[in-house]
Amino acid sequence: MKARVTVTLKPSILDPQGKAIEGALKSLGVGGIASVRQGKIFEIEVEGGDKAKAEAALKQAADKLLANTVIENYRVEIE
Amino acid sequence: MKSAVVLFPGSNRERDAVRALRLVCGSEPKVVWHGDSELPSGTDLVVLPGGFSYGDYLRCGAIAARSPVMDAVRKHADAGGLVLGICNGFQILCESGLLPGVLMRNAQMRFQCRVVGLRVENSDTPFTRGYNAGQVIHIPVAHGEGNYEADAETLTRLEGDGRIAYRYCGPNGELEPKYNINGAIASIAGIVSEKHNVLGLMPHPENHVEEQMGSTDGRGLFAGMLEHVSRAA
Repeated sequence: MKARVTVTLKPSILDPQGKAIEGALKSLGVGGIASVRQGKIFEIEVEGGDKAKAEAALKQAADKLLANTVIENYRVEIE
Repeated sequence: MKSAVVLFPGSNRERDAVRALRLVCGSEPKVVWHGDSELPSGTDLVVLPGGFSYGDYLRCGAIAARSPVMDAVRKHADAGGLVLGICNGFQILCESGLLPGVLMRNAQMRFQCRVVGLRVENSDTPFTRGYNAGQVIHIPVAHGEGNYEADAETLTRLEGDGRIAYRYCGPNGELEPKYNINGAIASIAGIVSEKHNVLGLMPHPENHVEEQMGSTDGRGLFAGMLEHVSRAA
């Protein structure tokens, strides 16, 4: 099974990388960009076909390592 | 004083730490591999040196914080042993939960590599007793992610319990935004744990311990730890 964990900074957290990208897009003349927040995507191949089990494992992975839940939110999606 | 310096893949300041400990504390530190699950017996101080453990992949310090040696470091800290995390070591301490808060990208979006002013906030910790409270020292920094952030409740607790050890400041101890080189909340450069036995610090005191380095301002930090351990013995 293919799964995806998306990690993003919580909305209240300053994102200097996103700000730098936002500034670069503006200087490149790309119109209509209001703001940019950047994050990370983990594409994970899960063994077996049990969706509930996979979801539990992915949540554990995110809580233990993939995200720092002090500053980041995450979302788990299984195809 | 028996000290151990932990070597992670990507650490690059471990030799500076070893040299400073040898020079100021007068004994040879042991270098411990991150895959080891025990510290040398009788270790008084563990140093997590600066560098780029695991290439800063995922988040600075995140992978190192979950390595086998960190369980031993946690046990050592719980038993009241000294732990000093410098730069990447500070990031590892925050990622491992031994210190609260996180180190974010520098707010100014620039890697900072220079000598900064630091104000000693509380001289009543093993890591600051070598100085006077309010004293300004000059120490080098080299980091891209040293912007310390914590929620309001944590910050109040740190302030109230005297756990802010060092702040970025001007030549006379001024806490102005222009001296806060990475945008850290309350200009925080270093904090200690609840029991005051764990210090996380972004600047590199190990790089100002000899005249040839341009300053010996960092010696006080090592001398203070030595005094603390000698008195406890």
